[in-house]
Amino acid sequence: METIILFAPLVGAILCGFGWRLIGETAAQWTATSLLFLSALLSWVVFLSFDGETQYIELFRWIESGSLSTSWAIRLDRLTAIMLIVITTVSSLVHLYSFGYMAHDENFREGESYRPRFFAYLSFFTFAMLMLVTSNNLVQMFFGWEGVGVASYLLIGFYYRKPSANAAAIKAFVVNRVGDFGFALGIFALFFMVDSIDLDVIFEASPELAQSQISFLWTDWNAANLIAVLLFIGAMGKSAQLILHTWLPDAMEGPTPVSALIHAATMVTAGVFLVCRMSPLMEYAPEAQTFIVVLGATTAFFAATVGLVQNDIKRVIAYSTCSQLGYMFVAAGVGVYSAAMFHLFTHAFFKAMLFLGAGSVIHGMHHEQDMRNYGGLRKKLPYTYWAMMIGTLAITGVGIPLTHIGFAGFLSKDAVIESAWGAMSGAGTYAFWLLVIAAMFTSFYSWRLMFLTFFGTPRGNKHTHEHAHESPMTMLVPLGVLAIGAVLSGMVWFNSFFGTHDDVNRFFGIPAHSEASAEAAGDDHGEGSADAAEGDHGAGEAVAGGWTLGSGAIYMAPDNHVMDEAHHAPTWVKVAPFVAMLIGLAFSYLFYIVNPELPKRLAQSQRPLYLFLLNKWYFDEIYDFAIVRPTKWLGGFLWRRGDGNVIDGGINGLAMGIVPFFTRLAGRAQSGYLFHYAFAMVLGIAILITWMTLGAGAE
Amino acid sequence: MTSADFSILLPEILLAVFAMAALLFGVYTGKDKTAPMLVWATSAVFALLALWIGLAGEGTNAAYGGMFIDDGFARFAKVVILVSAAAVLLMSETYMSRRDLLRFEYPILVALAAIGMMVMVSAGDLIALYMGLELQSLALYVVAALRRDSAKSTEAGLKYFVLGALSSGLLLYGASLTYGFAGTTEFAGIIQAAQGEIPLGLLFGLVFLFAGLAFKVSAAPFHMWTPDVYEGAPTPVTAFFATAPKMAAMGLFARLAHDAFGQITADWTQIVAFLSVASMFLGAVAAIGQRDIKRLMAYSSINHMGFALMGLAAGTAFGVQAMLVYMAIYVTMNVGTFAFILSMERDGKAVTDIRALNMFSKKEPLKALAILVLMFSMAGVPPLVGFFGKFYVLRAAVDGGMAWLAIAGVIASVIGAFYYLRIVFYMYFGEEADGMEAPMQPVAWGLLMASAAAMVFGVINLFGIEGVAAAAAATLVN
Repeated sequence: METIILFAPLVGAILCGFGWRLIGETAAQWTATSLLFLSALLSWVVFLSFDGETQYIELFRWIESGSLSTSWAIRLDRLTAIMLIVITTVSSLVHLYSFGYMAHDENFREGESYRPRFFAYLSFFTFAMLMLVTSNNLVQMFFGWEGVGVASYLLIGFYYRKPSANAAAIKAFVVNRVGDFGFALGIFALFFMVDSIDLDVIFEASPELAQSQISFLWTDWNAANLIAVLLFIGAMGKSAQLILHTWLPDAMEGPTPVSALIHAATMVTAGVFLVCRMSPLMEYAPEAQTFIVVLGATTAFFAATVGLVQNDIKRVIAYSTCSQLGYMFVAAGVGVYSAAMFHLFTHAFFKAMLFLGAGSVIHGMHHEQDMRNYGGLRKKLPYTYWAMMIGTLAITGVGIPLTHIGFAGFLSKDAVIESAWGAMSGAGTYAFWLLVIAAMFTSFYSWRLMFLTFFGTPRGNKHTHEHAHESPMTMLVPLGVLAIGAVLSGMVWFNSFFGTHDDVNRFFGIPAHSEASAEAAGDDHGEGSADAAEGDHGAGEAVAGGWTLGSGAIYMAPDNHVMDEAHHAPTWVKVAPFVAMLIGLAFSYLFYIVNPELPKRLAQSQRPLYLFLLNKWYFDEIYDFAIVRPTKWLGGFLWRRGDGNVIDGGINGLAMGIVPFFTRLAGRAQSGYLFHYAFAMVLGIAILITWMTLGAGAE
Repeated sequence: MTSADFSILLPEILLAVFAMAALLFGVYTGKDKTAPMLVWATSAVFALLALWIGLAGEGTNAAYGGMFIDDGFARFAKVVILVSAAAVLLMSETYMSRRDLLRFEYPILVALAAIGMMVMVSAGDLIALYMGLELQSLALYVVAALRRDSAKSTEAGLKYFVLGALSSGLLLYGASLTYGFAGTTEFAGIIQAAQGEIPLGLLFGLVFLFAGLAFKVSAAPFHMWTPDVYEGAPTPVTAFFATAPKMAAMGLFARLAHDAFGQITADWTQIVAFLSVASMFLGAVAAIGQRDIKRLMAYSSINHMGFALMGLAAGTAFGVQAMLVYMAIYVTMNVGTFAFILSMERDGKAVTDIRALNMFSKKEPLKALAILVLMFSMAGVPPLVGFFGKFYVLRAAVDGGMAWLAIAGVIASVIGAFYYLRIVFYMYFGEEADGMEAPMQPVAWGLLMASAAAMVFGVINLFGIEGVAAAAAATLVN
């Protein structure tokens, strides 16, 4: 069954991409889509029937080279199962949605068959992503990692006649390359240290890695920390974290379904998945964890501030994605991997829905993307409006405080923020405050999007507004399905992801590793007993308990009580994000409904700050100045001087100057006169005789 | 003549009897009318003999007290000679009859030349060597001037004859010096004398002998006749020149070098290396200036002989094996290429200017593809078989401690690639020109395609030729 899940999208991609000339465009699209729905159905079966025990399904041997032994295998554990449903569900809905969205496209000429290509890319992406999450070793994961990169490149640049789309595609590819370099180095380092790339072997070796040193660049490092950071650099690239985030907003050049699938729900969460997957290693790399927390929190804050002032509807959501990914990394960094996965899971639903809703608006408004030209669309696009409303309620985190009732984002985001507080460390506190502020900004820009789009009076081109229309059924059904997820996914699975220790352990297949922690999680108890438990057991006990580091989907060190601390967070901590949300909503309401002139005045009075945010903290400009231009100059120099003058010049000089000279000489010697020929022979024999006489065994 | 000697020499004797019978038959019956039939008959005899020699022969047998040696090496060379001669004969029939060139003497002369070549590669004595060489050469002088009414053809024949006589003189002088210092003409005796510190006279004899053979393989600087003769001779004759005699001369070269002077390899490898480098570079550089495809093929064969000599220059059994493999591949490529060159014509007249190939791919995509494969293979582009031929000799040179020679070979092959690629360029990207036709008989077409296909599919295991060549080389070098 797992094999079918994995390969159905590949078969779909091949049939659709290569076979559409035979079976026709529409049939090809339906083939790809129905295969994905099959895959999604089976994924849900697997997810719901999964008992938490890690399973291995070997497909075939791949590489046998010295001690490097790799096979294509499916590793099925809870992490994989979660990712399977996220990927296949969103992907199948996006396929369906694309029927409507891609039906007509002015970027292509009349009669051009772009649709099968689009569907084939989508299916191929899904296959690569599934490959990534099901892999049992890092090289197979890297294959999937690069596969999604390629698919992302192809889809961002899908409108290949648009120079901006091509530039964005290249940017995404190149920036990801920087991250991939880190990832690859991490894999190399792991192979160097552990002599294997199999996940289980690596997990087993994690405690040892924490004790070893590795020499890298100028000095020695703690192996676990260095490897964890290198792997995280890969994750930063894929998941658009600060420093390597610049490609994500530009990636919005791709068609909107692509943004929903790749740049919101699945591919960009691959980094979070990687960190969670490597949890046994991360647990032994405290400094790397701190780094992840700080960077994640900073990203969440940074992206939220930029999102405040963007005008392009897709860019707002893109920065929102970037920011939410920061939340996930904070949770993973403090060691509550289940909370990170929880947010990943719920985020996939509501963010995909927001994107698809935005796509529906764009579709209805004839590819207008500037929110300043929207307004009052509530009546024209009622279904889209309600879907977007649910998405906004979910992302801003609406729910009843201190209970477990609320939209998906309410539960998962609060879980993340409480986890940050529960870390009880400097980085954790830093993250906690930044995340709360970011939650306020999130609320502000999300409501700003809603108010600008659906409320107020129509702005912009009158003609466009008159012809604004609701989207077809194929686009609304996915919105509806995702809306269910956005409302319910948090409440249904809260206990599994972020309930008591026992619930989480059972869900993720983690064996209860010591009485102390089982007791600690068993019932309500004060902080004092948690402290006592902490003293009881050290890292060594974990292995002694008769289970291995890799036997669960995730691993939390015995002394990792962040989740328990988070559960026992004071009330003000638990309420903080909700209050932040309300403040954001209030400001948004004030700015865009009560007094629409206010934002303009504020922007004018705080012009430097406004420009700073509008230009995304000038990251692109700084990179352009510090990296892109010097690199281009160097490339140009090597090309013109190095390649052009030295190499080409040298070879050309040889080929066009010296060789023809000899050619002419040889031609002249070939005079046609017998005596010349005879003379050459005699000359030859004279040379040989002389040489032999002087050189060889002459006596 | 004992019956044992006789049975060892049987293939040569049978061929000689056939040639003389065919001559009588031709003279007393329809003369030139019998020519097509004789061509087919001769080819058939060649093919049958090749089959017989290839399958039945085994072991090392010496006849006439060591004058004639039949061993694995000789058999390998003979099979290549006979098969290529048969192929060239077959594809030349139409060309010659359409141009009124098909004399009945032609297949007979080729048969006589073939006997000479078989004796050459089996020679175990300086006398046998000279006899085989002259039998071959005399036949070749005549066929070069086959087109009696053409000034170019007769000029080619004459030039070849005069220079051939000069080279024979050099060879004979070397042979007499060798005899004088070694006291015997038998290779088995010479190798006894040529050991350790050898007298200067013997060394001179060696140099002159090698110079005479270098003329036959058209190695620089004894190559000067090649372009003129290739151009002047009728194209089928050129095709013949480029294939079987080259194999025979290389075989003789290797036999003389290893059987007679096998104990002083250090002395002669430098001569061979010099000839090799000179040939490779001259063949590569001079061909660039050529527009006539026959002259171009002449320089191409000089270049290829340089590579084959590189294998010999290594002075090892592996070197001989590499040389044999290289020669077999070279002959195969040339048969295919000449099958095509024979068909090149415009308005019924043969053309040899390579610019006539402009945009040939538009007209005949399949043939153009076959030529593309052959040209790439000649240039040594991987993964075609020609690359493996070059790879073999380069490896032999490196193993033999002549890395510099291998490097020189690589550079020369880069230069040489130019003119092969230029032909491909003309065919595929050239400018629109008058163009030409290439009407082909089934035989020629089959040879062209088979040769091209061999270049592609041979990469799998080189048709098992490596093992055979290794066994052949082992019988020669020990």
